[in-house]
Amino acid sequence: MDLNSILALGENALQLGLISSLTVLALFLSYSMLNVCDLSTDGCFTLGATVGAVVAIAGHPLLSIPVAMAAGVLSGFITAFLQTKMGINSLLAGIIVNTGLYSVNIAVMGNSSLLNMNRTKTVFTMLKEALADTPFSQEYVLIIALIAVILVVIFLSLFLRTKLGLAIRATGDNPDMVRSSSINPVFTTIVGLCISNSFTALSGCLLAQSQKSVNIDIGTGMVTIALASLLIGGIFIKKGKIPLRAVGVVFGSIIFRVIYTIALRFDMPAYMLKLVSSIIVIIAISAPYLKSKIPALKRRFALKFGKEAA
Amino acid sequence: MLTLSNISKTFNPGTVNSKTALCDLSFHADKGDFVTIIGANGAGKSTLFNAISGSFMTDSGRILLDGKDITLMPEFKRARQIGRLFQDPMRGSAPGMSIEENLSLAAGHGGWLSSISKKDKENFRERLALLQMGLEDRMKQPVGLLSGGQRQALTLMMATFNPPKLLLLDEHTAALDPGTAEKVLILTKQIVEENGLTCLMITHNMQSALDLGNRTIMMNNGSIVYDVSGDERKNLTVSDLLLKFKESVGKELDNDRMLLS
Repeated sequence: MDLNSILALGENALQLGLISSLTVLALFLSYSMLNVCDLSTDGCFTLGATVGAVVAIAGHPLLSIPVAMAAGVLSGFITAFLQTKMGINSLLAGIIVNTGLYSVNIAVMGNSSLLNMNRTKTVFTMLKEALADTPFSQEYVLIIALIAVILVVIFLSLFLRTKLGLAIRATGDNPDMVRSSSINPVFTTIVGLCISNSFTALSGCLLAQSQKSVNIDIGTGMVTIALASLLIGGIFIKKGKIPLRAVGVVFGSIIFRVIYTIALRFDMPAYMLKLVSSIIVIIAISAPYLKSKIPALKRRFALKFGKEAA
Repeated sequence: MLTLSNISKTFNPGTVNSKTALCDLSFHADKGDFVTIIGANGAGKSTLFNAISGSFMTDSGRILLDGKDITLMPEFKRARQIGRLFQDPMRGSAPGMSIEENLSLAAGHGGWLSSISKKDKENFRERLALLQMGLEDRMKQPVGLLSGGQRQALTLMMATFNPPKLLLLDEHTAALDPGTAEKVLILTKQIVEENGLTCLMITHNMQSALDLGNRTIMMNNGSIVYDVSGDERKNLTVSDLLLKFKESVGKELDNDRMLLS
């Protein structure tokens, strides 16, 4: 394999990693900060993709991004409303919304499960044209993805320092405290999920437009892939300030895609992506638990074989 | 300041587990009153606090705070006027956030999108120094690293950062070692006196029930069975209290923790 194809693969991994890192940043807010495992992520990702595609196809490439994000806000609001005001368990609320979104997404695409954007003007084709005569003419996907990621990281860093951001973090950190304080946990949960889902939808919108097509399965398994990336990012930067941790999860997402790309080069079939991400999530979440069990297991083992007085 | 008129609360009504936790209870505390509350387990002391702070709505009766009817007000809105401390020191602060961030939430001034200013930090520093625990030099550290006593002192500071109309202390020193408990109690007394707070304190320590505050009430089966203040209270001893308990409840106090402490 020559250097050029390695570079091409690396760039592909980088692009995908950056675009999906927007979903990882969404989970950074909902899962790491608010302590809600938002299982509507898959459906919301697809919603962003379909809404963005439909608006772009209708001839409004720039408008497609805010509209897709607004759709994400709406989806996040419904998930949050179900769990805070309707007494539905938060995991169940996510699953219910996710299921409902399947129909919504097909309806958005006009009773079709596939939309093609080969001839559609998107933010990517617009930048490609603008950069036509510069040395960066082929880097348009990377540039847009990078800008989006940087904006979201800056937004999160600033937002989580505000009083509202602190209240959202406290809601995830100590629900007991928040319940008996002047913070309304219903409000913080709703705001947190609206914001995080707008990022998820943005992620879906950009992925669909960069690959010039959207199908109903585009978001399937996204929540597990994003969780895997989030946990990989957490291995490198566990503690520290929020901006650093946010950058850490972006790296987690890129590293995940790089590992996956390498695995593909070693003839791993593409359909293994989801199994691999599942296994990463299992290992990352269970490892600390299993590690804490080792001393007890060791003692039991020693006792059984008579190496320690009973 | 605080008026409860005929409040009642029954949990699981109409089932075999039906339990009347508050029974037609009426109570009034004046501004600046420091009332200590004693009673056996299950007497309804914590339930009374839950009713006042709005963890649940009472089945009947009215709750007035500073002349305003708060009977139907949700908990987070009442929390702006009512500070509350629990027995568990882990309950009042967010462990993953720094001391500074916790205090900023308690201070609560500024809009939703404002962040901690330099002036806030100086203010926090001064306030923390009053605790004499060296916390003013650890403002960036997560609260999870503090000891139970430090956390409870911090919670006390947070609950009274903006002097509340009413302070509810639910055995807030019971989980601390005797030395730390003493320190937190002294701090409590100081803060309550300096701000002229109206305060209700549940305690299992009969001695501090008499030492602290200006009034003591005894609860049993969701009602107030004994209410003492003024000169009568000044001459009261722990054994008098135990006798009173036997008189009004009709049995010996069966709680070792209350007897021994």
